[in-house]
Amino acid sequence: MKQLVLPALLAALLAACSSTGGPEQTGAKVEDRAGSGSGVATVTAPPLSGSGIAALTDPNNILSKRSVFFDFDSFVIKAEAKPLVEAHARFLVQNPQMRILIQGNTDERGSREYNLALGQKRADAVKQALQLLGAKEGQIESVSLGEEKPRCTESTEACFAQNRRSDILYSGEF
Amino acid sequence: MTETVRYNSHPEYAMNKTLHALRLILATALAALSLAAHAQLSIEITGAGAARFPVVVPIFENESALPRGVSDIVKADLERSGLFNLVDIGPLSLPESRVPDLADLRSRGADAALAASVIPQPDGRYEIRFRLFDTQKQQEIGGQVLRMAPAQNRLTAHRIADFIYEKLTGLPGYFSTRIAYVVKSGARYELQIADADGANPQAALVSREPIISPAWSPDGQRLAYVSFEQKKPIVYVHTLATGQRQVVANFKGSNSAPTWSPDGQQLAVVLTKDGLSQLYVLSADGSGVRRLATSSGIDTEPAWAPDGQWIYFTSDRGGSPQIYRIPTSGGSAQRVTFEGTYNVTPRPSADGRLLAFITRNNGRFQVAVQDLTTRQTTILTDSTRDESPSFAPNGRMILYASESGGRGILAAVSSDGRVKQRLSVQAADVREPAWGPAQKQ
Repeated sequence: MKQLVLPALLAALLAACSSTGGPEQTGAKVEDRAGSGSGVATVTAPPLSGSGIAALTDPNNILSKRSVFFDFDSFVIKAEAKPLVEAHARFLVQNPQMRILIQGNTDERGSREYNLALGQKRADAVKQALQLLGAKEGQIESVSLGEEKPRCTESTEACFAQNRRSDILYSGEF
Repeated sequence: MTETVRYNSHPEYAMNKTLHALRLILATALAALSLAAHAQLSIEITGAGAARFPVVVPIFENESALPRGVSDIVKADLERSGLFNLVDIGPLSLPESRVPDLADLRSRGADAALAASVIPQPDGRYEIRFRLFDTQKQQEIGGQVLRMAPAQNRLTAHRIADFIYEKLTGLPGYFSTRIAYVVKSGARYELQIADADGANPQAALVSREPIISPAWSPDGQRLAYVSFEQKKPIVYVHTLATGQRQVVANFKGSNSAPTWSPDGQQLAVVLTKDGLSQLYVLSADGSGVRRLATSSGIDTEPAWAPDGQWIYFTSDRGGSPQIYRIPTSGGSAQRVTFEGTYNVTPRPSADGRLLAFITRNNGRFQVAVQDLTTRQTTILTDSTRDESPSFAPNGRMILYASESGGRGILAAVSSDGRVKQRLSVQAADVREPAWGPAQKQ
């Protein structure tokens, strides 16, 4: 019996968590007016496996710093962020096989979709800076999370400032 | 299950930690799934129309034969619309089989009265027969016979309320429509579908990542939305009856803001594959993408006009976000909003006469409506964090997201601003509402 339980649990767990990744997934049925529905689809993010390159996560290495912050209603990379951007550009030039995802973010004020577009401009600002410094277009995807993934959730200016940022993720981290 | 419990009591087994962890994850997942269906929206009416139509909706004759009642739901629907005053005649029922004493009902202050009876059927179903009377003209306005399974009491009640609403206001009712919205509790996002009164909520999708911008297909069978489950915004189309999901826009960059064409064949979306957020049109299966407009700023939040000729959208091409419209066939954009420096999220009514949107008014985000014929704009709410307006199919009410006590809530306001309601879920954030289309009967 001992041997049977684990596989059964694993199978159930996999069934509960495996619905990531594919282009076609099954969501929950919602009652048609004539019938009744059942079951709920759960989508779960894949776990981080990491890029395997120590420099990217070594807290003493600038490459472990991944966030570029912006002023209110601004899409300009501030002087203080330049060393960070330059370091990542250098790393991408030296490691042409590496790919990154840049996620732009905004504070929570205003329309979600408009904020998604504003977050895209913050991601694109970092992408363009990296390209100017030699990274290849094909290494970089810039996307927006808008106001959906705040790092800080209070409605204060200090908090809003934390959320006006772009984050750099390397292959294996997204 | 008894076997697994026994393992748990023997921590010396090396395997147990793994098992325990697995069981914990499973239990959490199952508990989370079962919680979902119980988070029902509750409704609070915070304003009503000025002149309310007095109507009698009595307990139906033989209504106690039903496992779950109908007349109370009819009354709640009418009450909530803010257009009716329910005249109470106590425990009296008015049988459908004969004309009630209309002069007496008139003397009690009612201008209209419903006579209704429940007749159990041999197959276990129930027949609901009802007639509506005008007490002033002393004549029947109309009637219907509905057959229902015992569990269909809510839908039956909504249909009866729709009938009364339409006969007495001249506009189609909206009580048997559905709404979609997103509930966030902790790090969990749930796309829910509920009746227009918030009852009968069902989860269509559960995710650890955000879900935004649900948009109903014109036939009410599918929802398009944006999910972040792949760490970036991707547009999906979800068929409600089967739960099947299809990726329709997953280009490099962000994919968002889906909206359906009136014939349900196409979607307008916002893509960043060519740079800034721009408008594109594609088939509802994701094929045949074409660019709709080109600007040097942000173009987003498209909404198809019901005549299919125009697409309204938000753009900051003029320096601040404003609402514009562009011919579906392409061409030059026309600006629609001129007052203020932040006008976003345009949503037209089904008759094409009104445009609801969000305006920033002295730092507060509020629901506004523009009469597209006179170009006159009215701000309908006095809240501070309103988002995502959408019209009821008959254009009378606007559902929107707002904030109360630091939590997201849903609220509705009539398009004349007089009737106001709030819908909230205990201990959860509710956002991104979308009012579904009229149901085919």
